[in-house]
Amino acid sequence: MGVKGEVAKLRGRGIAAICYPTGMNLGGDPSQTVIVAQPDGTFVVNVASVELGQGLRTVLAQIAAEAIGASVEDVEVRFGDTQLAPHDTGTFASRTTHRMGNAIIKAGQEVRQILLDVASKILEVSPQDLEIRNGKIWVRGVPDKSLTVREVASQAQFVYNTPVVGKGHYVKPKSLVDPDTGESDPHSTMAHGCVVADVEVDTETGEVTVLQLVTVYEVGRAINPKLVEGQIIGGAVMGLGAALRETVYPRYPQLTHQTTSFREYVLPTAGDVPKIIYKIVESPTQTGPYGAKGVGEMVANGIAPAIVNAIYDAIGVQITELPITPEKVLKALREKH
Amino acid sequence: MSSQFSVVGSPVKNVQLLSHVTGATQYVDEISFPGMLWVKAVRSPVARGRIKKIDTSKAEKLPGVVRIITAKDVPNNIHVNMAGIGIGPPDEPVLPESEVNYKGEAICLVVAKDEETAAKGAQLVEVEIEELPPVLDMEEALKPGAPVITKWGINAFIYGSGMDGATRPGRPGRPFFLVKRGDVEAAFKRADYVVEGSYLIPPIEHAPIEPHVCVAKPEPGQRLTIYTTTQAPYFVRDNVATILKIPASNIRVVAPAVGGGFGGKVDPEFEMQVAVAAMCVGRPVKWRWTREEEFTVSTTRPAVKIEIQDALSSDGLILGRKARLLHDSGAYTRTSPYGVIKATVNLSGPYQIPNVYYEGYCVYTNRQPSSAMRGYGVFEVSYAVELQIERDARKLGIDSWEFRFKNAYKNGQVSATGRLIDDAYLIEVMKEAAALAGVSLPSHLLQMSSWG
Repeated sequence: MGVKGEVAKLRGRGIAAICYPTGMNLGGDPSQTVIVAQPDGTFVVNVASVELGQGLRTVLAQIAAEAIGASVEDVEVRFGDTQLAPHDTGTFASRTTHRMGNAIIKAGQEVRQILLDVASKILEVSPQDLEIRNGKIWVRGVPDKSLTVREVASQAQFVYNTPVVGKGHYVKPKSLVDPDTGESDPHSTMAHGCVVADVEVDTETGEVTVLQLVTVYEVGRAINPKLVEGQIIGGAVMGLGAALRETVYPRYPQLTHQTTSFREYVLPTAGDVPKIIYKIVESPTQTGPYGAKGVGEMVANGIAPAIVNAIYDAIGVQITELPITPEKVLKALREKH
Repeated sequence: MSSQFSVVGSPVKNVQLLSHVTGATQYVDEISFPGMLWVKAVRSPVARGRIKKIDTSKAEKLPGVVRIITAKDVPNNIHVNMAGIGIGPPDEPVLPESEVNYKGEAICLVVAKDEETAAKGAQLVEVEIEELPPVLDMEEALKPGAPVITKWGINAFIYGSGMDGATRPGRPGRPFFLVKRGDVEAAFKRADYVVEGSYLIPPIEHAPIEPHVCVAKPEPGQRLTIYTTTQAPYFVRDNVATILKIPASNIRVVAPAVGGGFGGKVDPEFEMQVAVAAMCVGRPVKWRWTREEEFTVSTTRPAVKIEIQDALSSDGLILGRKARLLHDSGAYTRTSPYGVIKATVNLSGPYQIPNVYYEGYCVYTNRQPSSAMRGYGVFEVSYAVELQIERDARKLGIDSWEFRFKNAYKNGQVSATGRLIDDAYLIEVMKEAAALAGVSLPSHLLQMSSWG
């Protein structure tokens, strides 16, 4: 800066606290599924949701296995085909774990009841005396009197003339809206997050370095904590890009300098990722499958405001227009003096 | 420790991990059929203009060019993507008839034996366009006298608050979506301080690893199979059925593994064009967008400008909030009315604000249509609200943790839209974050909870 005695690098800390709704705003977005046992007693879950790399197949298989009482290895989720699966609104709005998860629980519970009924015939006990969990069915208190879920599901078809099919559906009915006040019930449930960002601002170049991101997310229930972690890291990097670098119109609203490739649109890469400390906390929701809320989108939302607030803390100026480029930082510093 | 669950809550390994890292996962680009043709688009060089003439004669003579598809080939050209969830009226052409409304808008399609020939053919199509002044700035677009780029005479969505095309149009100038609660004017009169802020998020690209790719394959009996990189197969099915005027059950949509979406693959933004091309030529047709098309044609996160005024008491409470949100829909409607409602109802953030007045405007400009992106509506609101909260705390001279704790919403309270809050957990999350960041919160904050 050329100002005598001023340090070239300033550090700051910023906070962002957020909430994020699960599923389509106002509701009215149904999900439907059918679970069908295969001849060998494994299960196929048919959904029209889409695997985008987020791990949907794994999460939905866990929910189905839990609801049926099957081993997760014996559950295959088939997805993304309107000819094979009943209607689903789509994979967006942090909706699939919640909406399709609820539908799968209903379908899985139907399958579970069929299995218990068939097992009760094989074991000659009442269905109420049976336990089913993790691929096994046994008489309560008599663990050695047991069958595998696979053999029961298979025998149902080959011996007991019983189709092993479960169907499930979930919708939050669409909320009405009062046009004069906006009064409505837009949310199914709300997840929460808090981000603490530490930054260093180079006052000579305007460059901002994010030193650390501390993130805590409340997700209702983490069906698969490892996959939630994947979302948290990915969301943090996406938020980082939005905070410091990304726009397709650098002179918005003008169209000039529109980006056309990754040469001008510089995404954060592995070397730009700061230390990310995270924690997942759970506050199960009544409306969610095993209490789960949507997590895929929320994890991108708190990063940019926490970083911008940290820059504010560091330089004493709040820059309000994303992304916070070195030019904007230098301009803010100049205007301050 | 025994969990109540057998597999829920376990870090089960992603079932596709091995196939992803070994390159075995099959994506749409790996789908190919004998006799398959390729598509490229002739795109508008201007942001707004009137199409005077499309001369395809040179392109048609290029060996390998099979067919040029224009608006005339589309059975039902004007549509709106999200008709299924009550957004209307239809405002977007599959291919434009007389005008273009953004730079890069597809004017016509060249179908050829391979991708290179289609691209060469597209270069040979001569389009004569009378350029018109574009509308780019949202505030300018709303001013009387601005060039109008919609069919209904104002550069804003006006069709009622319920997203229902059948709802009677609102008055021009009235915000598309309003949230009112309590007595906001009284709160501002009573306030010790009023803090204002204006925040802007510009358009952002989703940038998935996999660009848009679609293969449409005609089947016997007016049927069609569409393999595509979509996040919503049933949206594609419904939209293609609408524009082809065939029953939706004639169409099968397959989304195999999709290489990232982040919201950019929610809109059926190119499947309709591929479907028309395939039906016209009666052969499988493939279209693979370039990275440049991803940046310049595919949807972006909307630009959103949010102005907030907070009425504050000197003891650190937010007594009231006024906010005005402008959402840049780009040239056509897509999902924007939905996004505006989602944003506007969330303008309180995770805070209890008893008196609010929120206006949400869905504004049209001459740029590529925007649509959903990770955190849609709320990403932008969280940004503005958290910057505003920081301003408020500084104005009051209150620590920003303390200010957030004091105003955090709690169970049993009522949201801006009158919903009973029953799953608040912000205070607990903030305590965890402070602890993890090494912040020692004062005991009066640590004693707080989301339950009273």
